[in-house]
Amino acid sequence: MTAEHVTTEPEMSEETLRSRMLGVVADWSSDQRSFKSASWGKAMMWIFLVSDTFVFSCFLISYMTVRMSTTVEWPHPSEIFALDIGGKKIPLILIAIMTFDLITSSGTMAMAVNFAYARERKKAAMLMLATAFFGAAFVGMQAFEWTKLIHEGVRPWGNPFGAAQFGSSFFMITGFHGFHVSIGVIFLLIVARAVWRGDYDVGRRGFFTSRKGRYEIVEIMGLYWHFVDLVWVFIFAFFYLW
Amino acid sequence: MTAMTDDTTHAHAHAHAPPPAHAAQPAAQAHGQQHPIKLYLLVWTLLFVLSACSYLVDYFDFHGLLRWTLIIVFMMLKAGLIVAVFMHMAWERLALVVAILTPPLAVLVLMAMMAWEGDYTNYLRVFFFGA
Repeated sequence: MTAEHVTTEPEMSEETLRSRMLGVVADWSSDQRSFKSASWGKAMMWIFLVSDTFVFSCFLISYMTVRMSTTVEWPHPSEIFALDIGGKKIPLILIAIMTFDLITSSGTMAMAVNFAYARERKKAAMLMLATAFFGAAFVGMQAFEWTKLIHEGVRPWGNPFGAAQFGSSFFMITGFHGFHVSIGVIFLLIVARAVWRGDYDVGRRGFFTSRKGRYEIVEIMGLYWHFVDLVWVFIFAFFYLW
Repeated sequence: MTAMTDDTTHAHAHAHAPPPAHAAQPAAQAHGQQHPIKLYLLVWTLLFVLSACSYLVDYFDFHGLLRWTLIIVFMMLKAGLIVAVFMHMAWERLALVVAILTPPLAVLVLMAMMAWEGDYTNYLRVFFFGA
């Protein structure tokens, strides 16, 4: 009896890996909801994001496959995405600015979640508007980038710089990501409006769901937004830097 | 009743002592993720620094293994910070973490297969078309 006490007690005081693993088993075998720290809304967003991960993975893996299999030299992103600033050609600078812009939007989003839970409506809404602004700026820069490349003759079926597959990979991957950012901006604006008006305090029903919302929606939408930033991290590494 | 069953299950896992609060959340507990702003600012700064580092890999025109290693390391660090802190994975229960983070590992299998395939296609093109 005493021996058992000795062995189990250190485990109680802090969360060990063993106790967390036992928690996994207990959560999944308890014949109830498995995700005890996440509401259904949050769990569903996570599951959607996992499926979205597979979509983007497929794009990036097809890009890898065509880049590995082509015998023509792959165009140099470093030169293609360079900009002339003050008469000097700076490599990849536009993409670097887009990266910083998106990271900044993630920072403001993370803080918006905090203020939403603290019921500081105006601050949360303003931070969400800032996030939407940075997101829109990102899409704007992407539109600029597309315009520039299309003027230079880049097409999904060919380009003057090298392997023809560059164009199709570029438009597909950045296009799909840009689409995600655009949807995120719209989502942000809708939630920011609801937070600003205090919809979640007075229990006003949503125009789409006809149900009362909770401040948790800010966190859930934050998950989506951070995911978009996360995908960009991979696109930046594999498409632009590799 | 739901909460009771949960407590019983838990008591089995951690005999005798009252379980730590975090490990034994009853079913319908919807707690908000609120963390110090300072932490977010720190992560934000780190992400800036890491992005600057990966940009410098290109700026200084590193090549070969060094370039690929640095790109992957900075990428994984950034991804880890975003998922753990911004997406609050560090504070979720392990059941959710495991359910979300393990399935994407299957992508690595597809990646390996397609790398093999791409390499083979390239070999055939060089062999038959001498390009």
